[in-house]
Amino acid sequence: MTDNINDSDRAPKAQRGQVIDKPDGVDAIGAQITITIDDNEIKVPMGTTILEAAKTAGIHIPTLCHHEDLCVAGVCRVCVVEVEGQRALQASCAYPITSPLNIKTHTPQVRRARRHVIDLLLSKHYGECYACFRNNNCELQSLAKEYGVDFFRFGHPEKPMFEKDHSSYSVVRDMNKCVLCRRCVRTCIDLQEVGVLEAANRSNETTIETFQDRPLGDVVCINCGQCINRCPTGALTANDPTDEVWAAIDDPKKHVTLQTAPSPRAGIGECFGLEPGTPMTFEMNTAVRQCGFDKVFDTNFTADLTIIEEGTELLLRLYKALVEKDETVALPQFTSCSPGWVKFIEHFYPEMLPNMSSAKSPQQMFGALIKTFYAEHHGIDPADIVSVALMPCSAKKFECNRPEMTDSGYKDVDYGLTTRELAKMISEAGIHLPDMPKGDFDAPFGEATGSGVIFGATGGVMEAALRTVIELVCGVKVEDLFEHANILPIRGFEGARMVELPIENVGPVPAVLQSLVPSWDWLKGATLKVGVCHGTANAKKVLDDIKAGGAFSECHFIEFMACPGGCLGGGGQPIPTTPEIRQARAKAIYAEDEAYGIRKSHENPVVWELYEKFLTDGPCGHISHKLLHTTYTARGKYL
Amino acid sequence: MSTELTFSQIEKYAGVKTAAAGGRADILATMKTAGMRGRGGAGFPVSVKWNLAAAATGPDKFIVCNADEGEPGTFKDRLILSEYADIVFDGMTIAAIAVGAAKGILYLRGEYVYLLNDLEAVLARRREDGMLGQNAAGREGFDFDIDIRMGSGAYVCGEETALIESLEGNRGEPRNRPPFPVDTGYRGRPTVVNNVETLAWAACIFAKGAEWFNGLGTEKSVGLKLLSISGDCANPGVYEFPLGVSIADVLTAVGAENSKAVQVGGASGLCIPACQFDRKIAFEDVATGGSVIVFGADRDMLDVVDNFMEFFVEESCGQCTPCREGNEKLLEGVQMLAAGKCSMKYLKELCSLGKTMQVASKCGLGQSSPNAFLSVVEHFSDEILGRTEGSNA
Ligand SMILES: Cc1cc2nc3c(=O)[nH]c(=O)nc-3n(C[C@H](O)[C@H](O)[C@H](O)COP(=O)(O)O)c2cc1C
Ligand code: SF4
Ligand code: SF4
Ligand code: SF4
Ligand code: SF4
Ligand code: FES
Repeated sequence: MTDNINDSDRAPKAQRGQVIDKPDGVDAIGAQITITIDDNEIKVPMGTTILEAAKTAGIHIPTLCHHEDLCVAGVCRVCVVEVEGQRALQASCAYPITSPLNIKTHTPQVRRARRHVIDLLLSKHYGECYACFRNNNCELQSLAKEYGVDFFRFGHPEKPMFEKDHSSYSVVRDMNKCVLCRRCVRTCIDLQEVGVLEAANRSNETTIETFQDRPLGDVVCINCGQCINRCPTGALTANDPTDEVWAAIDDPKKHVTLQTAPSPRAGIGECFGLEPGTPMTFEMNTAVRQCGFDKVFDTNFTADLTIIEEGTELLLRLYKALVEKDETVALPQFTSCSPGWVKFIEHFYPEMLPNMSSAKSPQQMFGALIKTFYAEHHGIDPADIVSVALMPCSAKKFECNRPEMTDSGYKDVDYGLTTRELAKMISEAGIHLPDMPKGDFDAPFGEATGSGVIFGATGGVMEAALRTVIELVCGVKVEDLFEHANILPIRGFEGARMVELPIENVGPVPAVLQSLVPSWDWLKGATLKVGVCHGTANAKKVLDDIKAGGAFSECHFIEFMACPGGCLGGGGQPIPTTPEIRQARAKAIYAEDEAYGIRKSHENPVVWELYEKFLTDGPCGHISHKLLHTTYTARGKYL
Repeated sequence: MSTELTFSQIEKYAGVKTAAAGGRADILATMKTAGMRGRGGAGFPVSVKWNLAAAATGPDKFIVCNADEGEPGTFKDRLILSEYADIVFDGMTIAAIAVGAAKGILYLRGEYVYLLNDLEAVLARRREDGMLGQNAAGREGFDFDIDIRMGSGAYVCGEETALIESLEGNRGEPRNRPPFPVDTGYRGRPTVVNNVETLAWAACIFAKGAEWFNGLGTEKSVGLKLLSISGDCANPGVYEFPLGVSIADVLTAVGAENSKAVQVGGASGLCIPACQFDRKIAFEDVATGGSVIVFGADRDMLDVVDNFMEFFVEESCGQCTPCREGNEKLLEGVQMLAAGKCSMKYLKELCSLGKTMQVASKCGLGQSSPNAFLSVVEHFSDEILGRTEGSNA
């Protein structure tokens, strides 16, 4: 997933680690080299780092600045080892093996150096573990424990040196806890191509700064929170609204609803010591009720709704472009459910905003419905409803505070909670999540489909859309084309991918769409081309490709997710994050999809009920446009 | 003041003409015979470096002349560039033929910007004389030219990989090594980085012969070396000595009397006390990039270390932990010693930290910054500990 490391060009190159190349002139890529590591002889492929080699030999080397998703930095020096024949110790994370080596990983000199590095870091680290969100989940704390730190050899700060930065809706920065590992810097540049963080100043005055050292809320941060997930310490955290949510729960006048997105269920178990990929959907429902939420709904419901709205929008665009020959129609259409992605395109590619689907994200559609349809039908004053969203995402916190997200006449979603924050609330309520009995979602928004669930994984939105488009347009069952309705070609973790789907036959136009398109004949024989990408560095590649008239410019529809892996790798998910953890979460999500009785958005009966009773002029009609669609701001470098 | 330098006897272009007549293999063979080690401080064998770069495949290789000369107490590169620039460019051209490079870059210390016009004039004349540009030095297909780029003023930019980062327009921070510049250097291409003096001697080797060069010096440290000598002596300046010269002989030559210690190798070098003045300046004994600072009897050695540590706290690039934080701790230690507030126990901790910095820092700066501290603690403990009396039982 790190295939995008070396060609980002927005951010200052100096802030990137150096990528390790295999030596020139050696065409032995893949050739095996025998090395000795703590007296074990092992064979590793040319170019393997000492750290990776040690791992395969079952030898643990501590690390701090290293992260599997990021390019090499080699700056913390905690991973140093002895290499025979070399005077200095070598950083194992940064040392590619290109010749037989004899390595020792825990000599007295090595242990002393590691201890010194930890002592030095602690001498600048202002923070108390028991008053820290990363308590028990902090790599600095673990290192201190691993190396038996029982006193501060080189002192310890007695007062803070930096003010906390609370300016962003999504990310809180407390540089007193920063260990200058630069993982956030590399994340923001390598994975996200945003580059608002950089190392500034030199020597002992080095700090991680935003552009011109402005508050994070005043720079072009896309709120993805990927830096939070990769920060080893409590220096970066999400903006935590749990106090406000508790206050609402404790206020008897308030009707507090929680909508829960698909990804948190696949991740929250990790906060309770479970293996990644252990789904906790129904245990979580019970726990949430015990915490005092009045209702718990399934955001997958509005994911299904999104498919209908966004799918209809796509078909309308195609109709206008292909049949009415309207050249002003922007294609490919881009998905709009990832708020990090939305802010990315608003800042960096504002000229491509016409390509964005106007459909709101599932979270915001839900919010608009809770304070209108739900309030009406249940006789609750929308002013008394506190609508909370459980999301894997930190950008959702920004999204729900966008001024345009008030179509219900109120703030559509009051608070965005991350998976980590809900886990904290559950613990505070004295609940051990895995022990909870299973509980269902509440009506009326408890009914969802497998298609809604897979929104959590990269490619999921597109798969859900295809399932629906195939059935509504081609008049065949998805199962006739793809076994078990699993559209495997669209799955996986490749940064940017494309799938083509020839439309051989067309069926009748379903009743709800008949007012919009008379027939599908114009699609007969066409080939639907769709794209998927995740991580905004990949998004940039795709957008540049479109601008250059490349392969992606021929797509009709492209799914963009700001976070690597999609929502399951979101900035609000449990820490740590690695490719394996994200894969395990994806597996849980696809398993849940298979377990659903209904697998396709358009087969969700409650969705059609909603159109019948409330959104009476159908998909993309006036009511739906008012409540379920939005507009974007061409921000450029402004906020 | 300075001694008569060998460079003054060398005709411009002479080295290039001999080298160009021979060609790549001959140049590499001659350098191997000459056995020169780099004059910038690290002492890496020049012929090995050139061979590695020559063996790398592909076009776009670079020859970088390191004229960042930031080590406190060195000014020999400045002298060479102001008086013998042609010889340096000769050396770069020879290196370019040897490794197959089409581009040379002179990375000039920011403070030396006053040399820029003269140097550009020399380059212009060399172009006119056919020594640069298309078919340079009369070699068919050898299109070699040299650019001058100004340094950014940071000491660490003299470190070859930080220099390359700086050339690429980035923050001057050293890279992880391996890969080395000869393999992945400027713009990711094979790059030879050599010191000004190294390249000048290379030109002399072709003008006067490899045997002439390796007949001088010691077995392990052949040839001549320029020393920039400053501090408490009658005649500071740039001097030429064969490697292996004893510190005592150097002191005599510069008219230093009653010296208490000599700092060899600049701030990152070693502090040699008077009882060791019989030691040799050579790679196998006391190595130096050229800086020799003499301390007279009246010097306060704690002041000396204080200065050096302040320098490093100022100049560390700040990316790696041991150097970023360690230098600060050592400086604090020096100040505690001066105030009589450093316990023996803590002093030991600091020495142990210094040893960690020597092996665990990412680049040569942090690896050598504790040297002065450690050698002063080792050799002048009486002088620096005297101040702790009374305050530490
Ligand atoms: C902190 C630091 C500063 C350095 N400064 C210089 C310098 O100013 N000039 C120089 O030639 N080499 C300097 N070096 C050494 C270079 O990294 C490199 O080894 C040298 O340019 C190679 O040339 P040589 O092999 O000809 O000596 C410095 C090294 C370090 C670690
Ligand atoms: S960041 Fe880690 S070490 Fe620091 S206070 Fe928080 S838990 Fe403790
Ligand atoms: S939230 Fe995303 S865009 Fe903002 S600083 Fe972190 S990584 Fe960069
Ligand atoms: S904020 Fe976190 S990730 Fe960024 S450098 Fe500091 S400790 Fe590392
Ligand atoms: S040793 Fe010092 S100068 Fe070198 S990389 Fe580390 S912090 Fe930078
Ligand atoms: S983990 Fe290797 S240097 Fe930080």
